[in-house]
Amino acid sequence: MVIVRPAEATPAMLQAAIRNVVGEANVRTGKVKLDIPPLVENGNTVPMTISVTSPMTADEYVKSIHVFNEKNPQPNIGNFYLGPRAGRAQISTRIRLADSQKVTAIARLSDDTFWSTTADVVVTLAACTEEAI
Amino acid sequence: MPSALINVPAKAKRGSVIEIKTLMSHIMETGYRHTASGDVVPRDIITSFTCRFNGTEIFRADLYPAIAANPFITFFTTVTESGKFEFEWIGDKGFSETAQASITVE
Repeated sequence: MVIVRPAEATPAMLQAAIRNVVGEANVRTGKVKLDIPPLVENGNTVPMTISVTSPMTADEYVKSIHVFNEKNPQPNIGNFYLGPRAGRAQISTRIRLADSQKVTAIARLSDDTFWSTTADVVVTLAACTEEAI
Repeated sequence: MPSALINVPAKAKRGSVIEIKTLMSHIMETGYRHTASGDVVPRDIITSFTCRFNGTEIFRADLYPAIAANPFITFFTTVTESGKFEFEWIGDKGFSETAQASITVE
């Protein structure tokens, strides 16, 4: 059997991945800050920090942070589940980017509203997703 | 050999917010690369990371192939009592690793 793998996620795949998380809810812009270098030499390891404006109290906190990309073979990057006791709604990790593209972070708050931000990243050397080894 | 690096302060004041840094050695093979003969290199990634404090889950993450090799994850937590952090990484091919760190709260 031959499996044809898409070289990059299609906008439909990205939309589907986001719908999978937010359902029918409205995603508003704001509250979320995505710290990622605008120009990276090596797409294999791109540092990224996401923080969300929230008092992080028992009544008002960030439930989860979801990160998506536009042009990797898969639209998902990671889902991070926090809670009121996190104290600060901030996570960091290192990601792979197969091409210059947009990265989107969406936060789900305790009142089940969704907030997002998007950053453009230019990648000089793409992450090795396709080449032979 | 998989190995974990954990950075948790040994001591903290009650009620303070601390940063926890974690790194697990892992290839995070995406499943999208090919060998010279054209075969797909099978996916081999960590899919889940969990941190518990005294048995209660305080942080969890789902990881995808877009997470870089040797997954490095940092997050925050409020410390209210002395105790033990337990970290667990689960992945493809039966990958399962744990690590622990203790904190004294004053």
